Amino acid sequence: MDLSSINPILLLASLMVAATPIMLAAIGELVVERAGVLNLGVEGMMITGAVCGFVVAVGTNSPWLGFAGAAIGGALISMIFGFLTQFLLSNQVATGLALTLFGLGLSALMGQGYIGIKAPAFPDWHIPILGDIPVIGPIVFQHDPMVYVGIALVAAVWAFLRYSRAGLILRAVGENHEAAHALGYHVVRVRMLAIMFGGACAGLGGAYLSLVRVPQWTEGMTAGAGWIALAIVVFASWRPGRLLLGAYLFGGVTVLQLNLQAAGAAIAVEYLSMAPYLATIAVLVIMRAGRAPGSLGQSFHASR
Amino acid sequence: MTEPLLRLWGLTKAYPGVVANKDVSFDIGRGEVHALLGENGAGKSTLVKTIYGLVKPDSGTMTLEGEPFQPAEPRAARAAGVAMVFQHFSLFDAMNVAENIALGMENPPPQAEIAARVRQVSDQYGLPLDPDRIVGELSAGERQRVEIIRCLLQDPKLLIMDEPTSVLTPQEVAILFETLRKLSREGTAILYISHKLEEIRALCENATVLRLGQVVGTCDPRTTSARDMAELMVGSTLHVPHKEDKPAGETVLALKNLSAKAPHRFGTPLRDITLQVRKGEVLGIGGVAGNGQDELVAALSGEMKTAKAMIHYKGQPIGHLAPNARRKIGILAAPEERMGHAAAPDMSLTENAILTAMTREKLTTNGFLHWGKARKFAEGVITAFDVRTPGPQNAARSLSGGNLQKFVIGREIMQAPEVLVVNQPTWGVDASAAAAIRQALLDLAAKGAAVIVISQDLDELMEISDRFAALNEGRLSAPRPAAGLTVEEIGLMLGGAHDMEVAHVDA
Repeated sequence: MDLSSINPILLLASLMVAATPIMLAAIGELVVERAGVLNLGVEGMMITGAVCGFVVAVGTNSPWLGFAGAAIGGALISMIFGFLTQFLLSNQVATGLALTLFGLGLSALMGQGYIGIKAPAFPDWHIPILGDIPVIGPIVFQHDPMVYVGIALVAAVWAFLRYSRAGLILRAVGENHEAAHALGYHVVRVRMLAIMFGGACAGLGGAYLSLVRVPQWTEGMTAGAGWIALAIVVFASWRPGRLLLGAYLFGGVTVLQLNLQAAGAAIAVEYLSMAPYLATIAVLVIMRAGRAPGSLGQSFHASR
Repeated sequence: MTEPLLRLWGLTKAYPGVVANKDVSFDIGRGEVHALLGENGAGKSTLVKTIYGLVKPDSGTMTLEGEPFQPAEPRAARAAGVAMVFQHFSLFDAMNVAENIALGMENPPPQAEIAARVRQVSDQYGLPLDPDRIVGELSAGERQRVEIIRCLLQDPKLLIMDEPTSVLTPQEVAILFETLRKLSREGTAILYISHKLEEIRALCENATVLRLGQVVGTCDPRTTSARDMAELMVGSTLHVPHKEDKPAGETVLALKNLSAKAPHRFGTPLRDITLQVRKGEVLGIGGVAGNGQDELVAALSGEMKTAKAMIHYKGQPIGHLAPNARRKIGILAAPEERMGHAAAPDMSLTENAILTAMTREKLTTNGFLHWGKARKFAEGVITAFDVRTPGPQNAARSLSGGNLQKFVIGREIMQAPEVLVVNQPTWGVDASAAAAIRQALLDLAAKGAAVIVISQDLDELMEISDRFAALNEGRLSAPRPAAGLTVEEIGLMLGGAHDMEVAHVDA
């Protein structure tokens, strides 16, 4: 094994890129779950976003429009889930699983003519001054803009939940929907908005895979990233700060194990592939799980 | 008379199959403390929800200070000056006091300012409260204070209180009444709903009585006896539980230094409880909710296991036995929470009967159910306890709270227990049904069973208990004969009101 072939600066830099898709999907799901809805369809929304983003980006030759299309596509498919669970009161777990299966099928259909095509380039930003700092510059300040959009979203969600009136209402709806209704808040409206936000974020995460990380379209390309995002939300105790940490940890170990594989480490590839999952779960469990939102996963119907 | 503050005129609201309010009219004046009386299902809740904008009436009008008043949602009602304290607190356990208060306000100021105003109002009305505390960790009395302060911060013209005192100690009730009288003097009208007629007599100037959705009478509670008001509500003569004097039998159940850790984060540990319960007696255990009641029931029923020697039944240690083993030897329990604990909401009454009665009533053989026998047992409970339901095939969820309570208590009593533990047997049950449940408990004791009644309703405990003990922070006081105990003595046994003194301490 040749450890010297691993460049620590490059490793840390690619960590941020590897973490971004799950971070985007997870921050959306965090908002959904804080509103008291358990949407297990993250994987399906991600892959729908991936194909929508790819189709739009290739069609318009603009990655930015691609990301916008991915967000819209993810939000639209999440509305199916929202309509079924919030208005028809279907079971959230079953509906979420169905959404994942539906998303995988739909994306395969939509992406048929796009296999093998390369996505339009999405150049990295070289942030002036900050990007020129040795070591830190290449690690933190020389990425594509979506990396920073993801971080900004996590920060915005944190501030929204902590400081804004709307965030307080969203948490109240997730904590005790009966009480929120009695105080006159629109439980279903808040939840629909949260579900759409979750869908849009999952769509962005998916498009990041198809437009930046890979960057091309293949069927089933999310490969379980949506499930990791779901797990990170729970293990991060529904807190944005821990979610960021969890996503970076997962991204970091993923990149590290790829590097180790390339360097020919004397560990079976299967064990290395397991490592990111095990490491993420272990660390976040040790950090002691917090309390789930009180009404998580329960259907709400305003009777009497 | 000047223009009333709120005038209700001909309010009617029908739900499929039931008319909740029919042509309800009455007035509430400025600063008036007005009682709304009625049994469960008489339409009180629907009426106050109409005033608070949660329910839209089918017909009828309301005026507030002479202006038409039709709140489309609670927000509009709050903006017009109507505030409400809910029966089941509308609080969010995981949030702090200031956040909970902000959620009940229109255009709340920043959190820091709310905290300052909470401190100011809580001083002014003698309701101490720390705005930074997490609501899930507060006692029931403190949680109610959160609700009241949430209302007071909006300077309401009308304050609606739905069953506010059911979870308070006598001292806390006295403090609440002081607060309400002060508000009334300042011109705030109060619409007060309670089953406790003596409280209404002490507090209210006017009362409107509802029965089956209609106004059946009004009275001045200060000059009307509680019995007369109760009969007006029920529409017939009220049956008062009758207790016979009898000699106490031998000890059947003995707790020896029973201690247990709190089962969950918001629970209470049991500390060193020693107690003997005799055949044929009713032992009343009082205390404010959250002082170990649920844990004590769990320890007695077997839901929470304890060290073997901590509980003795007829001389045998049974602390390690699981619920069904205890049922087999004659110890039955009915927990407080009807939906989800005492009964499975989505299962039929027959299935719910099987769940606790299969051992004693032999409703199974080799793991197979005897449906016919189970149905007959459930029908027996329904008939004996006057449970109003079309039949045992109905889901537990479809019953009203009072009816389900009669069913779950009846289910245990019909199994002829030797020791019965009940927690809050008449919580939320109307006067006549409560009297029936109490009578059934007394009859059971008269047949030689030992009955432990845990309740927050002290009047109830005084009515049926032979001995009384108080549970406070997981400790049980020494039981005393219930006859002759005064309210003050009971209050002291309960450990006084929780940190109520703070407001009255002179600097």
